[in-house]
Amino acid sequence: MTVGASERLRRRIGDNLQAYAFLAAGLVCFGLFSWYPLVKGIILSFQQDNFVTPPYWVGLDNYRALFADPLFGTAWLNTLEFTALALLFGYAVPFAVALVVNEFRHAKGFFRVAVYLPVMLPPIVSVLLWKYFYDPGSGLFNAVLSALHLPTSEWTQSPKMAMVSLVLVSTWANMGGATIMYLAGLAGIPSELYEAAELDGASVWQRVRHVTIPQLRFIMLVLLLLQIVATMQVFIEPFQLTGTTNPDTITVMVLIYRYAFTVNNDFGLAAAMSVLLFIVLGAFSAVYLRLTRKAD
Amino acid sequence: MNRRMLGKSVAVALIAGTALLGAACSGEDKPAESTGPVTITVNGKPPATDAVNLANFEADVKAFEAKYPNIKIDAKEGFMDPQTFATKLAGGQLEDVFYVYFTDPQALIAKKQVSDISAYLDTVPQVKDIQEQLMKVFTGPDGKVYGLPSANYSLGLVYNRTLFTKAGLDPANPPKTWEEVRTAAQKLKALGDGVVGYGDYSKSNTGGWHFTAELYSVGGDIAVKDGDKWKAAFNSDKGKQVLQQLKDMRWTDDTMGSRQLLEWADLIQMAASGKLGMYIGSSDNLPVIVNQYKGKYEDYGLSVMPGGQGTLGGGDGYMFKAGLSPEKIKAGLTWLSFKTINPDRIMADNEKASKAGQPVGLPQPNIWTGASAAKREEATKKFANVPSDNFAPFVAGNASIPLKLEPPLAQQVYAVLDTAMQKVLTDRNADIAKLLADAEAQVNTILAAAK
Repeated sequence: MTVGASERLRRRIGDNLQAYAFLAAGLVCFGLFSWYPLVKGIILSFQQDNFVTPPYWVGLDNYRALFADPLFGTAWLNTLEFTALALLFGYAVPFAVALVVNEFRHAKGFFRVAVYLPVMLPPIVSVLLWKYFYDPGSGLFNAVLSALHLPTSEWTQSPKMAMVSLVLVSTWANMGGATIMYLAGLAGIPSELYEAAELDGASVWQRVRHVTIPQLRFIMLVLLLLQIVATMQVFIEPFQLTGTTNPDTITVMVLIYRYAFTVNNDFGLAAAMSVLLFIVLGAFSAVYLRLTRKAD
Repeated sequence: MNRRMLGKSVAVALIAGTALLGAACSGEDKPAESTGPVTITVNGKPPATDAVNLANFEADVKAFEAKYPNIKIDAKEGFMDPQTFATKLAGGQLEDVFYVYFTDPQALIAKKQVSDISAYLDTVPQVKDIQEQLMKVFTGPDGKVYGLPSANYSLGLVYNRTLFTKAGLDPANPPKTWEEVRTAAQKLKALGDGVVGYGDYSKSNTGGWHFTAELYSVGGDIAVKDGDKWKAAFNSDKGKQVLQQLKDMRWTDDTMGSRQLLEWADLIQMAASGKLGMYIGSSDNLPVIVNQYKGKYEDYGLSVMPGGQGTLGGGDGYMFKAGLSPEKIKAGLTWLSFKTINPDRIMADNEKASKAGQPVGLPQPNIWTGASAAKREEATKKFANVPSDNFAPFVAGNASIPLKLEPPLAQQVYAVLDTAMQKVLTDRNADIAKLLADAEAQVNTILAAAK
């Protein structure tokens, strides 16, 4: 019986050797570049490591230090504020743009490219471009405002405007992807639905409300979750435009960077904060997976 | 080849490839124990695009290796980059002897990331001639030495001698107090033609940097150590005095020009264009004014910080990676005392610089005292090609002004203080007390992490 079982196992492996071989490359790549750093990061969050002497265990000290840091709460609140504002602008704008572009009879291709163009710029390039726009001294926005005799703003330097300024950059740079997805969704809505609605005397708004939105509901939900996951990791905009010391715009990722590289030089603390962010984002991703699986 | 054979071949290739990838990523190679010459890695090698300096550097390495056949130099490009320092250290890529700014050593010592070199300093006799306050930068709380300074600067008042003469001010006797700066700025501004009396920074951390310098000059402090914790100390009468002086000059006297939010290169350009009367700077600004923006050395003077109660200084030097063998530390010190920290080289370096049209005769960097300082002076006199007399007020007074270093986590602290400078220079109703209180709260959260 045992001989039979081992024979079966041998045969099963032998028969599927090719499949395992194809799998191996993927597994090793994932293992080395995703899972190993992930586990290492979690271990690091319970250690102190100066990268010279061997690391030592500190239990929950890094987590305690996190909770004691007044910036910990600030960073989460700022991240939530950014996420909320990014949803307000970044969620509504691509939808509206897609609706408008979809209505064009001519040059639809041109507008699609135009909307998508910022996504093709390297993120650092778009942020540096906006840094020049926002410069309170010699920036483009203030130059235009003063030419029009309108009051100028301090943009990223002002506590009130800083976060909104960051969201504008992020929306401009990232809306292309979402717009293209909405356009694809819009193309899939049967035109009979609109014709029927028109025959029933539905206005434009009613057609959007009762035909477009219900038809796009699934894409909208997926994009919502993806956007939450992406915006909660916002880094490059606040890092480049307002730095790691400005409490008005310090986000979770910026705080992680600050812990590791600028102020604290403490990798354990940074790892602990990363683990917390991982848990939060993990929860959102789980919801996303559940929803997409249901849809399949 | 049939399909089955092809499938098997691909499978074998995939497994082999995977194994190779695994091997490539696994573990670190341990260097073989060597019994021959000691090889040390150092940084500071100029990039290939800087052909002249690279050729000089390589010639130095060749001459060094000829003189000391038991030491091999493996030079890498680049200097100190705080953002990649930790990852280089973690990845084992940090050079054995590496370049640092004066703001780095204390944190590296506290984190035990550098080697104690005290026991080997007797192999470098010129160390006794290095200014004591500069050696302190590389000395730990335990009294041990962890590195050596190679260059220094301290801030002073850069002023336009030609504009001074036009405005009826004496270029040989520049302002010594902040009150005199204010009066002089009014006279300079009265020249008209867009002349700005006094300029100051408020962007890209340079505002915080100058606020610090100005606060030191009136006897104030940015941060003080309270037990083993650092605390902000600038929300004080002295801090208010500094900002009030700027506010008065900007809005009451209107001697600072309407263009604000300036950063490093802006004032240099303004100075080079002959439209700026005075600003706080160091002697290394002058070659930039002359070479890059076509100013003339004759037009500029350098004096000590107004107020004179302290001058913000900085500089750079070299430290030794933790865990180095005594042979490597000795080899590193031999390299530094040959290449960088060597008073006997100044004569030859000056000759080379003067032939290449580079300035000789600026008051700084000068890390030396005693016999080494005398060697520097002799070498400077011989090859000076800039009007050294214009810096006489600086040379005469600077030694008696205490040198104060940047606060811990200086760049982060400066980023916060930039805001206060910006407000004062762009908003005539800026509330100085509130600005300082807000900045104090923010800086304290930064200083909580300072070691």
